[in-house]
Amino acid sequence: MEQIGILEGRERHVLEKNSGVAQADIACDTSSLSGSVSQRACVFCGSRVVLYPVADAIHLVHGPIGCAAYTWDIRGAVSSGPELHRLSFSTDLQEMDVIYGGEKKLYKSLIELIEQYKPKAAFIYSTCIVGLIGDDIEAVCKKVARETGIPVLPVHSEGFKGTKKDGYKAACHALMKLIGTGSTEDISKYSINILGEFNLAGEAWIIRQYYEKMGIEVVATLTGDGRIDAVRRAHGATLNVVQCSGSMTWLAKEMEEKYGIPYIRVSYFGIEDMSKSLYDVAVKFPDRPDIMEAAKQIVSDEVKTLYPSLQKFKKALTGKKAAIYVGGAFKTFSLIKALRSIGMSVVLAGSQTGNQDDYARLREMCDEGTVIVDDSNPVELSKFILEKGADLLIGGVKERPIAFKLGIGFCDHNHERKIPLAGFIGMYNFALEVYQSVMSPVWQFAPRKGGSL
Amino acid sequence: MKHEHAKTATQNACKLCNPLGACLAFRGIENCVPFLHGSQGCATYILRYLISHYKEPIDIASSNFHEETAVFGGSHNLKIGLKNVSEQYKPDVIGIATTCLSETIGDDVPMILREYKKEFKNGSPMPIMIHASTPSYQGSHIDGFHAAVHATVKALAEKMPQQRLINLFPNMVSPADLRYLKEILGDFGVPYMMLPDYSQTMDGGPWGEYHRIPPGGTPASAIATAASATASIEFGSTIEASKSAAGYLDMMFGVPAWHLPLPIGIKGSDKFFSLLETLTGENRAEKYEDERRRLVDAYADGHKYVFDKRVIIYGEEDLVVGMTALLREIGMVPVLCASGGKSGLLKKRIEELVPDMDELGIKVREGVDFVDIEDEAKILQPDFLIGNSKGYTMSRKNCIPLLRLGFPIHDRFGGQRMHHLGYRGTQELFDRIVNTVIEQRQNASSIGYTYM
Repeated sequence: MEQIGILEGRERHVLEKNSGVAQADIACDTSSLSGSVSQRACVFCGSRVVLYPVADAIHLVHGPIGCAAYTWDIRGAVSSGPELHRLSFSTDLQEMDVIYGGEKKLYKSLIELIEQYKPKAAFIYSTCIVGLIGDDIEAVCKKVARETGIPVLPVHSEGFKGTKKDGYKAACHALMKLIGTGSTEDISKYSINILGEFNLAGEAWIIRQYYEKMGIEVVATLTGDGRIDAVRRAHGATLNVVQCSGSMTWLAKEMEEKYGIPYIRVSYFGIEDMSKSLYDVAVKFPDRPDIMEAAKQIVSDEVKTLYPSLQKFKKALTGKKAAIYVGGAFKTFSLIKALRSIGMSVVLAGSQTGNQDDYARLREMCDEGTVIVDDSNPVELSKFILEKGADLLIGGVKERPIAFKLGIGFCDHNHERKIPLAGFIGMYNFALEVYQSVMSPVWQFAPRKGGSL
Repeated sequence: MKHEHAKTATQNACKLCNPLGACLAFRGIENCVPFLHGSQGCATYILRYLISHYKEPIDIASSNFHEETAVFGGSHNLKIGLKNVSEQYKPDVIGIATTCLSETIGDDVPMILREYKKEFKNGSPMPIMIHASTPSYQGSHIDGFHAAVHATVKALAEKMPQQRLINLFPNMVSPADLRYLKEILGDFGVPYMMLPDYSQTMDGGPWGEYHRIPPGGTPASAIATAASATASIEFGSTIEASKSAAGYLDMMFGVPAWHLPLPIGIKGSDKFFSLLETLTGENRAEKYEDERRRLVDAYADGHKYVFDKRVIIYGEEDLVVGMTALLREIGMVPVLCASGGKSGLLKKRIEELVPDMDELGIKVREGVDFVDIEDEAKILQPDFLIGNSKGYTMSRKNCIPLLRLGFPIHDRFGGQRMHHLGYRGTQELFDRIVNTVIEQRQNASSIGYTYM
C-alpha cells in the first residue's frame, strides 16, 4: 500500500498511545489547517446546530442561499408540537444586496415571516458576507422586536470568525438573552434543565421521562423539542445537567455566574454513563432520599431487561475493533465504554473539537496502541482504520462513505440519526445497529476481506 | 398564484449555491481535487450534501478563512492550502472555486495563482490550477457547474490540428447517464472528450486502500485536445452564453457547437442520435434501434395511464425543459414548470417546445422556492409532482405523490444510478411515471386489484 503521510502541521494533532514513553500533549483547539480537508464546519454551523431544535421560533439565515439550503431539515431533532424549525428561511442575498447592503431585505423578510408564521421568537443568523458588508443586524433586530413584540435575536455566526465552537457560543449568547425573561413561579425546588440534548429521534423525551419518574421537574430542555417560553423560565431550575459539553458548557457557566445555578456534565450513552447521569442528579438533592431510590429503581429495572438482550450482540461482537470519530470528545468517552460493554475494543478515537483536558482523559481511557486524533481528515482516518484493522467506524454522514468504501461497518452517531441512541433503550438500539452493520455478510466481498477489486 | 402573504425571504429553497455545482463538475476531471476558497463550512456542507446523494467519499479542500484572512485577503491562506493539497493529494489538477466570502473581499484569484506558481516553483511539475468564479450571491448551483466546465476548457484547451474527435458537454446529469453517453459514443466508434465525467468518481466500486482521489474522470490531457475537435455537443438550452464551453470553443477555435436540450423523450433522443450520425457518418448501432422500438412499444402499452395527467415539474431549468418534452409526447400536461434558477430563458424554451402552452394551461415560473410551488399546487391540484427529494415536504403536507429524479435524491436509494437521458433513460422514466399512476390508482381503489 502507498505510504500515506501526515501533513506537516498535522503531526501534533495525532498520537498513538504508548505508556512506555513520555508523550507530548496533543495539539487541539486550533483553527483547521488551510487545504487539509477538515471534517469540521464553521461558526454558522455551530450556531445552527445548537438553536435548530427550537421549534416555535423562526430561524432566518441572513446571507446568500447556500447556508440556509444546506441546513434545511437535516437533523433528526423532533418536536412534540410546532415545527417551524423544519422550515428554511433565507434572505437569499443577491449581488445588489451585497453592494448596497441587506438591511432592508432583512427587515422586510422578518416582518413578513413573523406576520405569516406567528413565531414566539426569531433567530437571525449572520453568515460570512454579512460580516463584511457591515449590515447592522442588531439595529434591525431591535426595530423588529419593538414593532412585533417578540424577541428577535441576532446570532453572530459569520462562518470565518472562529471555529464551530465559537458558533456554539454565539448561539448560547442568544439563549442567554431569553433566559431570565419568564416567570419562575411554581417551579419546584427539585428541578433541572437538560442542556445540550437536541431530541434527536426523541432522545430528550426518553431522558426527560427518567428524571420525571425520579420526581424531578424538568424546566427546559436546551434545545431539544425546545420552546421559547420554557427557555425564558430556565433560570428557575435548581441544577443544570449538561450533555454534549462542547456546545453548552459555556451557557451553563454563564447561568451559574448570573443565576447561581450549578451544573454537572453527563452523558446519556451506554449503560454506565446513563446510570451515572441519573445518580449524579439524585445526589444533588440529598434531602430527598426518595429521588435516589427512584433512580436506583429505574436503573435496576432498565438494566434487568437490557442486559440479557445485549448478550447476543456481545457474543457476536467480542474481539471486534472500532474506530470513533465524532464532533465532541465527551461523546467519545461514553462510546468507548459502551463498545467495551458489548465486547469491542477501540483502536482509533478522535473528535473535531476536543480540548486538552478531553484528550488527556481520552488517553487515560484508551488501550495501549490506540490512535488519538484531533480535527482529522479522510486520508488520516482511512490510514488508521486500515492499519489498525477496524471493523466499525462511528461517525457522522461525512464519514460514512469512507467506512463503506473500505468495507467496514458504520454507525451514524450524529445529528441525522433517526433511531434514539441515548438512554437505556438507546444502548440497545446502538448495539443492534453496530451488530447489524459489523456482522453483515456483505463485507465478504470487500477487497479488505479478499474480495476482488 | 400570489402568495397570500408578502414574500421577500426565500422559503425552502429550490436551488443550491453556486460552489456546489463547481465542486461536482471538478470531480469529473481525472485526479482533480475541488478546492473552495472561503470558509471551512462551505466545503463541509457541500461535501455532506453531495455524499447524501452519491454515497461516495468526496474530499473538498478549503482555504479555511479566519478573521484576519477576511481583513487582509485570502492570498496567504490560498497559497498554503494549495501547497498542502498538492503535497497530500498529489493531484494533476486543482479546481478552485470561489465563495461569497472571497468574492466579496475581492481576492484576485488569477493573480494569487500566478504568484503561487512563482513562489512555490521547485523544479517538479505543479498541478494545473483552474479557477472558476462562483459567488453564491449570483445564480445557483447549476451556474457553478457550467462555470467550472467553462473555466476548465478555457484553461486547458490548446490550439492543435483538427482531428476526428467529438466534444460532449453533458450538463449536470447522473453517473448512470454519463456511462450511457460514453457507451453511445463508443458504439459510434468516434473518439470523444466528455466533460465532466464523474461516472466513476461519484459512483465507483469498493476500495482496497484509501484513494485520496478516486479513480476516473476526464484526463487533463484529453481536455487539452478539445480545441481540435470536429464538433462540440452541449446539452442544455438555458446556459448563459458566457458559461458555455461549446460556445467558447466555437468562438476561440472554430469548433462548431451544437446545442441540444437534454435528450429526454423519443424526439429529443432522436435529435441526439441523428446529430451523431451526421457528425460521424456512421449509423447508430442496432441496439439503439432496439431500445427505441421497445420504448415506442412501451408508450403504446402505457399511454392510457398517463394521458392528460397533470403534473408539476421542478428542478434545474434544463432538466425541466427536457422533462417537459417527454411529458408532452406522452400526453401529460406539466401544469407548472418551475425552477429555482433564473436564466430568463425558461419560458421561451418551453414555449418553443409547446407552442400551445397557454391553451394547455401550462405555467412557467423561474426563481421560485418550494413555498411558491406549494401555493401553485394548492390551486393547480396536480396528479403528482416530479422533481428532487426536496419536494417531499410539500408532497407530504398536501398529499400529492412525488416522483423523484435529478439531484438531490436524499430520501431514496440509488439516485446516482438513475437514467434520464436517451432511449434508455426515457424508458426508465416512462416506466416510473406509469407506475406512479398505477400505484396511485391501486391505493385509491377499495377493491384491492392485484392486476392493474
